[in-house]
Amino acid sequence: MSSGHSGVHVSPLSTYLTIFGALMVLSTITVAAAFVNLGAFNPIVALLIAGIKATLVILYFMHVKYSSQLTKLTVVLSLFFVAILFAETLMDYATRGWIAGGGMPLH
Amino acid sequence: MHGHAHAHHPAQQHHFSTMAQQREAGVLGMWVFLLTEVLFFGGLFIVYTLYRTWYYEAFATASKSIEIVPGLVNTVVLIASSLTMALSVRSAQTNQRKATVNWLLATIVLGSVFLGIKVYEYSLKFEHHHVPGASFDFYGHAEATGEGHEAPAEGVTMGRDEIQRTTQLFFSLYFVMTGLHALHMIVGIVILFIITWMAHKGRFDSEYHAPVEMTGLYWHFVDIVWIFLFPLLYLVERH
Repeated sequence: MSSGHSGVHVSPLSTYLTIFGALMVLSTITVAAAFVNLGAFNPIVALLIAGIKATLVILYFMHVKYSSQLTKLTVVLSLFFVAILFAETLMDYATRGWIAGGGMPLH
Repeated sequence: MHGHAHAHHPAQQHHFSTMAQQREAGVLGMWVFLLTEVLFFGGLFIVYTLYRTWYYEAFATASKSIEIVPGLVNTVVLIASSLTMALSVRSAQTNQRKATVNWLLATIVLGSVFLGIKVYEYSLKFEHHHVPGASFDFYGHAEATGEGHEAPAEGVTMGRDEIQRTTQLFFSLYFVMTGLHALHMIVGIVILFIITWMAHKGRFDSEYHAPVEMTGLYWHFVDIVWIFLFPLLYLVERH
C-alpha cells in the first residue's frame, strides 16, 4: 500500500495473488454450476459469476479502485452505454407483433 | 527559463504540468478507448442474446458439441496472463527493470499458448464440419465416426433439418466472437513485444511507465471479454 513519486498506488503482491486465486475458484464454480440443472437460473448464475470476475479484474488488475473519479465515471459510463444498447434493442424485439400488422413478426 | 531548480522528467510532455497529470490524462484516454471497445463487443453480445432466445435448442445442442477442457484450460491460461501482466506493471512501478521484462515475456508466452489452443479448437471445428458454409454438416462427423457429442440437448423439439440450419447461427457467432477476440490478442502480443523491447532498453521507471500500464489495461480488457465468452459459448446447457 505504498505510493510512488507521482502518487501512483502500488498494490502489494498478495493482492494480485489473492485476486488470481479468486478468479480461479470462480472459473471452477462456473463450470460446476453449468452441470447442475438450475432451469432458467443457469444463464443468470453464469453471467453473475462472469460479472463478479470482470469486476475483480477491473478494480484490482486495472487499478480502477485507486483511479480518479473521472476514470471511475468513464468505466461506469461504458456499462451504461451497453445497458442502453441492450434495453433499446430488446424493447424493440420483445414488443414486435403486439398489434396485428403493427410491426415485423418475431421470426 | 524555468523558475524552479528541479529538472523535468525526460518523458514529460511540455503540455502537462506534472507527471501525475500526464499519467491521469493517459489513463482516462485509454478508458475512453476501452469504452468504444465495450460497445464494439456489446453489439456482438446483443446479437448473441437475440439468436439464443429465438433458437435456444440449436444453441444448447451446438454448445454441447464443443469440448469444455480446451476452453477451461484457455480460461486459466488467459487469467494467468492477466496476473503476469499486472505484475509487470507493478515491477515497472517499483523500478524493477529486469522483472518488468520477464513478466512481459511470461505474458507473451501465455498469450501465445492461448492462441495455440484456439488453433487446435478451430482445427477440430473444420474436421467436424462445424464451420458455417457450404461444407457445414452438424451431424455428419458424429455419424460417420461415432465420435462427438452431437446428440440433441434435452427437450429438443426441432427437427433434424432445422437443427442443421440453425446450429450454423451458433457457429457463425462462435467464430466471429472468438475470432475478433483472438485478433485482439494477436494485436496485444505485437504491442507486448514492442513494450518488452522498450522495457529492456530501460525506457521506463517508477515515474514513467505509461506504455506498460496502457498495454495492461488493454490486455485485461481482452481477458474480460473471454470471461464472458467462455460460459456463453461453451456452457449453454451441460446438465
